[in-house]
Amino acid sequence: MISRRTFIPRSDLPVAAARPGSGAAGDRSPKEPETATRRDVIAAQGPDAVAMTLTVNGIARMFEAEPRVTLAEALRGALALTGTKIACNRGTCSSCTVWLDGTPIVSCMILAVDVGNRAVTTIEGLIRDGNLHPAQAAFIGHDAIQCGFCTPGMVMSCAALLDRDPRPTRDAVLAAISGHLCRCGTYPHVVAATLAASEEAKS
Amino acid sequence: MKRFAWTQPTSLASAAAFAETTVADAMVALRPDTHAGHGAVLQAGGIDNLDLMKEELLQPNLVISLRAIPGLDKIEKQEASWRIGAGTTLMAVAGHPAVQARFPALATCLNQSGSPQIRAVATLGGNLLQRPRCWYFRSIAFDCLRKGGGHCFAILGENAYHAVFDNEVCAIVHPSSVATVLVALGASVELTGPNGATRRLLLEDFLVRPKQNVRRENDLQPREILTAILLPNPSASVRMAYLRLGEKQAFDWPLVDAAVILELDASSVCRQGVICLGAVAPTPYRPRAAEATLAGKVIDVPTARSAARTALDGAMPLAHNEFKLPLIETVLRRAILRAANPV
Repeated sequence: MISRRTFIPRSDLPVAAARPGSGAAGDRSPKEPETATRRDVIAAQGPDAVAMTLTVNGIARMFEAEPRVTLAEALRGALALTGTKIACNRGTCSSCTVWLDGTPIVSCMILAVDVGNRAVTTIEGLIRDGNLHPAQAAFIGHDAIQCGFCTPGMVMSCAALLDRDPRPTRDAVLAAISGHLCRCGTYPHVVAATLAASEEAKS
Repeated sequence: MKRFAWTQPTSLASAAAFAETTVADAMVALRPDTHAGHGAVLQAGGIDNLDLMKEELLQPNLVISLRAIPGLDKIEKQEASWRIGAGTTLMAVAGHPAVQARFPALATCLNQSGSPQIRAVATLGGNLLQRPRCWYFRSIAFDCLRKGGGHCFAILGENAYHAVFDNEVCAIVHPSSVATVLVALGASVELTGPNGATRRLLLEDFLVRPKQNVRRENDLQPREILTAILLPNPSASVRMAYLRLGEKQAFDWPLVDAAVILELDASSVCRQGVICLGAVAPTPYRPRAAEATLAGKVIDVPTARSAARTALDGAMPLAHNEFKLPLIETVLRRAILRAANPV
């Protein structure tokens, strides 16, 4: 079955997994830095696609991408994990939030090649033993979603907070989502959902 | 983002050897009338570099990651100071027990800088070296003075968020709030060159005013790496506060911020006061006349009010930023009182 995702060509993404060796933009020929020694030049990678391995949701995934490809682009492009959303692409809206070694970061402002052996967790990896993370269940229960574009990032921040601090204060929740923009204004429901998911609410 | 090659050396010497250009030089080199290469630039957390590269204001041939170099993220006590590795993330600095206990104003400022996601990646060194946020500077459409052009568009243009002091040549405000606190604390920077030699200077002296050089905000040289920030250990009689006013409560640059360091004697008389204002000048701004009014005084409301008013001396607001003057007075008065009487 064809979907919007498979139909729309990803020509805007310079990820070379689908077309190995095809330099996407080819706007400038690579130029060796004048000062580098021969050994150093060998150590430099790119600008053409290079082989990378990312550990995403506990699984090592190999793919090829240019050094300029961000983690968010690699996740959505080469790794086809489209739960992570790119909105502002400048670290301003936090919709692309994923975890790096368990800490929320904006995946649009880190290069995939810079991730190295740090563990990446995306919204797709939040489910545990077939169960939604308590933050996910609470978002559904409290209708903390409207258009949904900011939701995966919001959930990643709130889930990280609950994992770190099972009984967060309202201020802690506000601090955790302080980087997120939601044009629909779901903030009150997001806060209510996260507080409801805390252990305190359950006990 | 244009294409670039990438390298991740494991030693400072190797990284320094690669780093033929500073970010500032690489941006000036983009001008159509120069034929220089686009440069090889250092990168730590990469937050500001990626922002500049996405706007194509920075188009390096090579990005040199500092992340694999061991020891750049250490926080350690030295004889008379604390040494914070420049590669330490803002989150790690803010969460360090010694920073919270000895430099609470720094922790307060760090916790209001960026978003949690940015603080988890951005480094202290990168924060200090980030390029200014002036919207003319950040737009590829404006060939401004700081990018090597011939004109400051802000001085006669849209300048609500711009400088009210030292704004005759270029009206940027310094982009780092953390620098506001670090200058007040008397912090020094440690810079390591390609042969491993280091130089240390006061952060205040490392930062460059437009009249000295309009194309850079600091004295970082090619093949030089900012490796550490050194904070003199405050004595027990030192009190401090950091306060900001902005349009948003979180994840915004301040309209005005202030760091105040007071040294009080046993009878609460101020021996020495240091004031640093941010977002009002191209570099963190110390109103020395206002500092002088604090010495020998018990810090009360009239003292704080008088110092805050004195701090406005010499202000030259532009067409759209006169509103900053009462904000300066308010934020500084409150910061002085908060330093003297911690909550």
